[in-house]
Amino acid sequence: MNPNENTFVACGSSKIDASLRVPLLALFGGAAVWLIVGLVLGLIAGIKFHAPEFLSTIPMLTYGRVAPAANDAVLYGFCIPAGLGVMLWVLARLSQMPLVLPMVPVVAANLWNIGVLIGTGGILIGESTGHPWLEYPRAAAVILFAAFLLIAVSAAGTFGWRRERALYPSHWFLFAALLWFPWIYSTASLLLNTVWLPRGVVQPVIGWWFANNLVFVWLALVGIGTAFYFLPKISGKPLAGSGYALFAFLTLVFFGAWCGIPASAPVPAWLPTASAFAALLTIIPILAIAIITIKTVFGSGVSCQGGPFCFIKFGVVCFVLSGLMYVASACPQSSRVLEFTWFGFAQTQLQLLGFFALIIFGAAYEILPKIMGGALPFPKLAKLHFFLTAGGVLLFVIPLAIAGVEQGKALMNPAIAFADANGVTLKFLRISTTGQLLILLGALLFALNIFVMTMKWQLALVKSLIAAVKAPLPEATAQRDQEVKV
Amino acid sequence: MKNGIAIVFAAVVALGASWCGLVLAPTLQLGGAKLTTVLNSPDTYPLQRTGEASLGLQIYRANGCAACHTEQVRQDGIQAELMLTALGNYQPEDFKAFTESLFVQQALEPVTNALAINLKGWNGSLPFVFLTTSDKEIADKINQSINVPGVKSELRIVATGADLARGWGPRRSVAADYLYDQPVQLGRLRAGPDLANIGVRQPDANWQLLHLYAPKAVVPNSTMPSFKYLFAVRKIGAALAPEALKLNAEFAPAAGYEVVPTAAAKELVAYLLSLRANVPLYEAPFTPVTTKP
Ligand code: HEC
Repeated sequence: MNPNENTFVACGSSKIDASLRVPLLALFGGAAVWLIVGLVLGLIAGIKFHAPEFLSTIPMLTYGRVAPAANDAVLYGFCIPAGLGVMLWVLARLSQMPLVLPMVPVVAANLWNIGVLIGTGGILIGESTGHPWLEYPRAAAVILFAAFLLIAVSAAGTFGWRRERALYPSHWFLFAALLWFPWIYSTASLLLNTVWLPRGVVQPVIGWWFANNLVFVWLALVGIGTAFYFLPKISGKPLAGSGYALFAFLTLVFFGAWCGIPASAPVPAWLPTASAFAALLTIIPILAIAIITIKTVFGSGVSCQGGPFCFIKFGVVCFVLSGLMYVASACPQSSRVLEFTWFGFAQTQLQLLGFFALIIFGAAYEILPKIMGGALPFPKLAKLHFFLTAGGVLLFVIPLAIAGVEQGKALMNPAIAFADANGVTLKFLRISTTGQLLILLGALLFALNIFVMTMKWQLALVKSLIAAVKAPLPEATAQRDQEVKV
Repeated sequence: MKNGIAIVFAAVVALGASWCGLVLAPTLQLGGAKLTTVLNSPDTYPLQRTGEASLGLQIYRANGCAACHTEQVRQDGIQAELMLTALGNYQPEDFKAFTESLFVQQALEPVTNALAINLKGWNGSLPFVFLTTSDKEIADKINQSINVPGVKSELRIVATGADLARGWGPRRSVAADYLYDQPVQLGRLRAGPDLANIGVRQPDANWQLLHLYAPKAVVPNSTMPSFKYLFAVRKIGAALAPEALKLNAEFAPAAGYEVVPTAAAKELVAYLLSLRANVPLYEAPFTPVTTKP
């Protein structure tokens, strides 16, 4: 990272930050709401495994609708817009340039929220497309795509007009992410969400390609791009080895993009073989990212105590863990046991709520005071948020992963009845529901900080407006003076 | 800046390559997939679903049954199985002695141990599976050697694996099974059993309806949520409707009321009963069961 940035940021950074205030409040505010919605839906889905009849008479809240709605609300409602917000800020800061067309992302954020609302509602009333991670009905997909392009225009514009010419590793990751989403989302939506639905198993193949490139690659690009900006910033050291970073980036995009086809998929054998091979090679960028992070963070002497540094470091740890779990579930031998179990669910939740969300929380807590020109209203709650989320993620994901392994082993043995194989997972699911609850509490604190901050700012705005209205206008006073004279 | 262009170019190549490999190529290779023929039979596969069953797939999709159920059976491999079905005028002892006389053949060496053990444990009842081996050639050879008038044996191909041993199907699922599915509902979690062959395993429509209305009414320890909203509870008219569910006291509605399936429930069950991936195909061979061992 540019070690000089801090010195000459002084001249323009307040202007840059001010240009991002409204767009980021719009993106983060919506994201915080959707995160809570997604977690509440996830909690409802989780409870159904302890009490199958819980809310079962309400069609909108049947497990098969709530579960995908929860996943999508977290991914599309929270991860993507919040990630885009952080991305805009990082790009503007690195470009030394106030956001170009700041109203465009504000419009886009609102559009995006409408899209997610239609999508979530669509799933709940039974209009899901039936393709994992692409459940949102057509109308929602069109809106999301348009909103993404608007934000990409603003991001690219800011980069195009930049004052600082140097390029940093964060640039590569974030730009690749800007390219990735429109490509994969348009391909998958055009093929799976229109009347041109291809025949048979081509559908799941495209679905796997899309899901892998969104949930694994896209989130990795944005999350790691963000971490590679903030980690050196906070620890006050440059990013260790930018050659390594380039290597990590290239291996991630080249190998990561080929993962996703399960080993047992009922498709021509070369597809799962290629994917398994790619997954094995994906260990390389995962380890490279781990090494870069350790080298950058180690010995920085910055203690975190639940601050942004903690969030981001823990986020990278979760990335490495979830990446390794992903590789494990792609290897032909282990996938035999892990496939179709809770293990895969645990891995995606770790990716979404452990890795990505934690990095975004950390970045948001770092960015918000800057764009609002004041400290967080409840800095203690932000720290509590860290411990709740970190603890919650561990409690949520680890039992599920163990449940997956146990379930998989039991299912491999036909002597164990299906109901018994299922039974071994239930006590683990119970613990994981507790974890979900903690994550939800943490998300409420996050939302509280954002909304109180927004309200304070709006209040101040209204006050200054009233003050401006109340203040006597110069001519008016002059006139009154004249009247008095007459 | 040159750097920057190179990086963007690399990203485009990376994603473009995977797009060609995992989107374009499968679309070209499989998108034009046609019907296949059933092994050793002139029949084509798969059959087009009836209109009602196709509508049922949409109910299945809309209610997210795939969140808990897969429609995909896996197998570990295939094995050849030799089954003795008739002995004619011979006694079991004659068959044992004859088979043991084959043991001197060098080519049979890999299976003689297994054969000896199987023959020893045989009480003379038929049909009798006397050899299971992954080596089809040896099985063929033995099958020909014991081809004596009166003695009948069958060489059968069976697929093996945990899913199959659970009775979820006679072979693994292959691309052809999903040819007509829009959308294909493979599923990714087995919180419930695999349904690729539920139409074979549980062909009783009434059972299926009862199970959807109140899973615990037919599977006491079921953790499947009920889908009561696919049914209507209404006052009994002049007489009990013929399609009214026959529920036991615990699950029955209030006196004077009956539970009838809505069109959606009937379509869903039609779809479930249409899930039958149980014919042998070139890419997934097995010998259908004609004589139960
Ligand atoms: C929350 C998870 C869950 C959902 C959602 C779910 N099921 Fe189930 N299903 C189960 C479980 C667990 C079993 C095993 C216990 C039983 O037979 O009731 C099961 C069993 C079944 C069986 C019997 C399988 C057999 O081998 O006997 C059928 C048929 C079935 N489900 C159909 C459906 C349909 C149709 C839907 C959607 C309308 C659905 N299920 C939704 C969990 C679920």
